[in-house]
Amino acid sequence: MKKVGFLRSVVSIAMFSLGACSFASAQDGQVNLYTTREPGLIKPLLEAFTKASGVKVNAIFFKDGMAERVAAEGSRSPADVLMTVDIGNLIDLLDRNVTQPVKSPALEAAIPANLRAADGSWFTLATRARIVYAAKNLSLDALNYENLADPAWKGKICIRSGQHPYNTALTAAYIAHHGVDKAEAWLRGVKANLARKPGGGDREVARDILGGLCQIGVGNSYYIGIMRSGQGGADQKAWGEAVKAILPTFEGGGTQVNISGASVAKFAPNKENAIKLLEYLVSDEAQKLYASHDFEYPVKAGAPIDPIIQSLGALKVDPMPLADIVKHRKTASELMDKVGFDN
Amino acid sequence: MLLASCLLACALVAPVAGLVAIAAEGSGGAWPHLLNYVLPGAVRDTLILLTGVGCLVIAMGTGLAWLMTAYEFPGRRIFEWALLLPLAVPTYIIAYAWLDLLHPVGPVQDALRALLGVTGAGVLPVPDVRSMGGCILLLSFVLYPYVFMPTRALFLMQAGGLLEAARMLGAGRRGVFFRVALPLARPAIALGASLALMETLNDIGASEFLGVRTLSVSIYATWVNRSNLPGAAQIALALMALAVALILIERWARRRQRYVSQTQRAPRARPVRLKGWALAGALTAASLPVLIGFVFPALYLVAQAWRRIAFAGLPHDLGEQIRNTVTLSAFGTLAALCAGFMLAYAVRITRAPLAAASLRVGSLGYAIPGTVLAIGLLPGLMELDGALADAIDWALGGTAGLILSGSGAALVYAYATRFVAISAGGVEAGLSKLSPSLDCAARALGETAGGALRRVHLPLLRPALGAAALLVFVDCMKELPMTLLLRPLNYETLATHLYGEAARGTYEDGAVAALCIVLVGLAPVILLGRLSRRPSLAHAAPNPPAPIPSAVAASP
Repeated sequence: MKKVGFLRSVVSIAMFSLGACSFASAQDGQVNLYTTREPGLIKPLLEAFTKASGVKVNAIFFKDGMAERVAAEGSRSPADVLMTVDIGNLIDLLDRNVTQPVKSPALEAAIPANLRAADGSWFTLATRARIVYAAKNLSLDALNYENLADPAWKGKICIRSGQHPYNTALTAAYIAHHGVDKAEAWLRGVKANLARKPGGGDREVARDILGGLCQIGVGNSYYIGIMRSGQGGADQKAWGEAVKAILPTFEGGGTQVNISGASVAKFAPNKENAIKLLEYLVSDEAQKLYASHDFEYPVKAGAPIDPIIQSLGALKVDPMPLADIVKHRKTASELMDKVGFDN
Repeated sequence: MLLASCLLACALVAPVAGLVAIAAEGSGGAWPHLLNYVLPGAVRDTLILLTGVGCLVIAMGTGLAWLMTAYEFPGRRIFEWALLLPLAVPTYIIAYAWLDLLHPVGPVQDALRALLGVTGAGVLPVPDVRSMGGCILLLSFVLYPYVFMPTRALFLMQAGGLLEAARMLGAGRRGVFFRVALPLARPAIALGASLALMETLNDIGASEFLGVRTLSVSIYATWVNRSNLPGAAQIALALMALAVALILIERWARRRQRYVSQTQRAPRARPVRLKGWALAGALTAASLPVLIGFVFPALYLVAQAWRRIAFAGLPHDLGEQIRNTVTLSAFGTLAALCAGFMLAYAVRITRAPLAAASLRVGSLGYAIPGTVLAIGLLPGLMELDGALADAIDWALGGTAGLILSGSGAALVYAYATRFVAISAGGVEAGLSKLSPSLDCAARALGETAGGALRRVHLPLLRPALGAAALLVFVDCMKELPMTLLLRPLNYETLATHLYGEAARGTYEDGAVAALCIVLVGLAPVILLGRLSRRPSLAHAAPNPPAPIPSAVAASP
């Protein structure tokens, strides 16, 4: 008898916790966001959107496997907006057929044509540059990506894993500029220059420069802002201030830029609100937040860049089209293995 | 019973089957590349890591267990449970904490520099933890309790009489340990080590962060960077085969040996009182693992969390995250425990080879990295979820959403598929200690099958069930990749919150969550320690939660 009582209470607890959740995915005044972006970066934007529009945002923050989950959920997926970083990840969403094209004059007006799909199946929301962090006292003001393989840097470079999408994207851009063979030679050169095994994140590069482990390193532009602003705490402020940022360029090109972007999900139950959210994210107000809170470069022309990022110097975006870069992604990742970059 | 057990095993192995289906889509030409450039290095690093961690956890786990059993010294009773504390610290947290502590600009080197009167970062020859050696050490210092616990229990239970006998027959202390205690403890050591190694094999957070490229990291690169999920699934299955093979070999090596316990409770062999240098040595040996695996990282987290709280107050949704973590882990534990009990009990009752096979197949999930397992689970689960929603539509009208994935039930199921190996192993080990004559006696005295379960087996198994539940609970709490992938909208646990902060690099914010994971995990770990101290329970309690071991133990 006791056991039946126990069972009953378990079942009723289960029913209660089920009942506490809501399952209807289409709901008035709500929008469901699947994203691989960090909650701390995105939440202020979402809160501002809710305040401005009255639409509540429900979110899941993923690491990997977002595309797989949406694909598996199929036509009943609650996802409305899929948001991620790196052009390659956006293209993966298209390849898995989990997005839908949408038409929005507001989005088209705000985003330059080369930073969105022609049919409206993905949109860039902000951009970031892959730059070089250098020890403050180093007499170095300009650099080409090509220079990173220069033996003069032997034992002086720090970088995160070669298999991280930021680094495969940089290598893919290198391939697009110079071809596979030269890219391989370049990677071998960079590998030979490393001060330590590739690992950690971009911020560890700044910390290791402060710690004297290396003199230069590769990292994303917005981390400089996060560190120097003190958003990541006092320690990181010291890391950020220990380095100066150099915006490298490709020989005959510009600085490699990657994007953070979003798509409307194929079976979005709240499609209208999904578009509303995307439109809000390229509004002046949100673009300002992208710049001031996340330290990214706004995608909308004329939107202000955060002063910290502005101080890094004028960004000369590499003219190589994203579509030409992304098709080398797989090759870039294989090259990393081939040269044993992470070993 | 047999049918139910088979069905259950099918449900539990579904994610693995899902992976096989994905793998069968063809590798898209991934293998030539992998064979040429990835596998030689990844296999070598994986083997070095496994060997290193294996040797260390066995040495530490067994050595400490023997120290706690054969010797007596002040503080021994405290160490007995304190040595379990590192269980509460997830591998990714220990990696972050020690990197911060030992970094050239971290507190340890700062203090050393101040002490030595030198200035300038990077001048001290402190080794970088971002290395194979660092990874082996750190993983070993949080994983050794998996060996310590069952081995200690075994020494407590069996050692007594046999060890006295060995002493009487003239063996020295050393001889007793190497020639009697160690061989006796071999099954316990093997099972504990296989758990620790499985955790090592599947670890991605710590090894990736520390720059060690294991096979699991290669699975990631293949899947995420080259968009080749089938290829990744193939590596994962190969990895699983490797794990199963290792366990098979160990089992095969002791195929002729039988381990029978005659006593239900044995008196502890009279311990030696340690004095002087020996005492100092024992205290050092016992405190080092606790300090490295728990105290220093925990203190570091406290300091970081304190700074965060002083700066910005407690994170406002912390309470909700704790509640979510505990609720989810509790349901996950319940599911894994019921499933594990069902599988193991079916073997006991039916003695059918099919039941044994179900037990083995059902626990395969532990040998696959969490994210990959979750990916394998997705298609089938969502199919089911869709069908369920269709049924609700049909019955009630309207458009239902996805109930299983929307409620966290999917996650509970995922935890069960992953951790059933622990609970089934625990129950199996507990059952093996109960003489079959008990079953006969109960039935002969007129109990029904259900009555025998309720009034004989369950009460006797309570310690084994308790220990398995606590272990699974702690594991569910620490679990990150499956939780990230399968959770419902707006659902944050401590681990997912910590991940979000760590990914963004705002470690101080994450420290509060990390500290909570360790603190919430502490309660079950201390309970576990108490459970294993009670001699009458000790033998059954933390007995080797046999994951794949039970999965592959060929019937004789």
